[in-house]
Amino acid sequence: MIATFLGADWQTLADAFGLGGIYALMAVGIGLVFGVLRLVNFAYGQLVMAGAYALAFAYERGWPVWIGILLCFAVVVVLSVAMDWLVFRPLRTQTPAVMLVATFAVAFLLQSIALLWFGSLGKIAASLSALNQPWTVGGVDVRKISLVATGVAAGCLVALVLLLGRTNVGLHMRAAALDFRTARLLGVRAHRVIGSAVLISGLLAATVAVLMTVQTPLVTPDFALRDTILVLAGVVLGGMNRLVSATLGGFAIGFASGFLGGALPTDQSQYLPSFLFAAVILVLLIRPAGLFARRGAQAVERV
Amino acid sequence: MSTPVLELEELEVRHGAVQAVRGLSLTVDRGEIVGLIGPNGAGKSSTLQALMGLVRPAAGDVRLHGHSIVGRRTEDVARLGIALVPEGRRIFAELTVEENLRLGSAGRPGGDLTRVYELFPIVEEFRKRHAGALSGGQQQQLAIARALVARPEVLLLDEPSLGLAPQMVDAVFAALEEIRDRGIAILLVEQRAQRTVALADRSHVLSNGRLRLTLGPEAANDSDTLVSAYFA
Repeated sequence: MIATFLGADWQTLADAFGLGGIYALMAVGIGLVFGVLRLVNFAYGQLVMAGAYALAFAYERGWPVWIGILLCFAVVVVLSVAMDWLVFRPLRTQTPAVMLVATFAVAFLLQSIALLWFGSLGKIAASLSALNQPWTVGGVDVRKISLVATGVAAGCLVALVLLLGRTNVGLHMRAAALDFRTARLLGVRAHRVIGSAVLISGLLAATVAVLMTVQTPLVTPDFALRDTILVLAGVVLGGMNRLVSATLGGFAIGFASGFLGGALPTDQSQYLPSFLFAAVILVLLIRPAGLFARRGAQAVERV
Repeated sequence: MSTPVLELEELEVRHGAVQAVRGLSLTVDRGEIVGLIGPNGAGKSSTLQALMGLVRPAAGDVRLHGHSIVGRRTEDVARLGIALVPEGRRIFAELTVEENLRLGSAGRPGGDLTRVYELFPIVEEFRKRHAGALSGGQQQQLAIARALVARPEVLLLDEPSLGLAPQMVDAVFAALEEIRDRGIAILLVEQRAQRTVALADRSHVLSNGRLRLTLGPEAANDSDTLVSAYFA
């Protein structure tokens, strides 16, 4: 049974699960903020990029791994909160189009800052590169990072489900995502709910940065940009209006991307994004509300 | 005379160029039901929106225990002890009945479920169900229950009888009487003029944003007065 699955080996499958997990985390990060703000944060990838630079910064100075990870989380969280205060808050009552364009501006601004500060050649963040070594499970070699990424993603998702389902702040976030005005009428604090969503999405971006630099230790200003576009496609593919469907969409596109990338010969895998996006368009033509959206679900009213 | 719990003074509300409420003054005290009736577009809902801080009044004042609450955020008004049962109930259909009730105490933690269940046993019975699975009348009871969990001092209701079967209307109005007897100040916005006038300690008739007439419960059987007040 060690043989193959659809012509792919177990390493490819494990990689696909790992990438699916990472993309699912990004999808949750984007979906959480979308839920409470009706804002598609295109600058989400640049949060991951900033975290990756923090890891590279620590690696170049030879700091211990845990300090690098701590720095990564600190930088990403501070940046997320700053983004909320400086951009999202003042624009909260504007149309979704204005907010979307604003996040484009933020994305390119952050990318330009990275280019100015760190140059275009890129920095190396390789403090966790040992995770690229294989683990032998039942006679099969699988890279450690694939298992770690899958495990971390699963852990984060379980923690989030518990937070949303069992705590008051989680209940407030769910209510705000369903009907913000009524939630406020009941005394749910808009700033706190939005702040919590932004904070959690920042923590997830930092986690993604740590996992991604293992496979892609070269950190450039466009780090995670392509992944963000794929995740956004996945989120729309799954269905934006519910966190679960957005997450499944993110996982699906990550898994497909990882699986096809590993299974296709190298000279064909360069066409992979074209195939993925063609598939996204096809699915949306057939199921405009999203692949995993509930039947009869309608667009939610904006705040 | 002591300060009433809720006071509106010369309240003016504009929606763009439209003047929705013009110089409305009224008071509601503990253990009182005050009715606000009038045809569609009379300014009833605009008054409630201004009270809750959903729209900022163009002029005038809203006072709770004598302190102005104009300019406060909606969530802060709720935290001060004013609860609104919104038009169309606005319950969270995808959440359970219990979660809806928990949200009721979002602003004022330490909610009082037992007293709410006393008033609406059906809400307790169905507390594990999704709120969307309840009937319209049950959803209305849930919406009122949710507002009461926070132990508000003032309860505002926006057309609670809308779309309900006559029996359910009776149940809702009976509940309002009991809520009044618990010492809560109630401002009831309604289209059902006769029922409201009969129930309320006094009812103000609004038309074109202006207060036209104030009726006592004795006017409920005087349909001529009611009709002429409505079409004044």
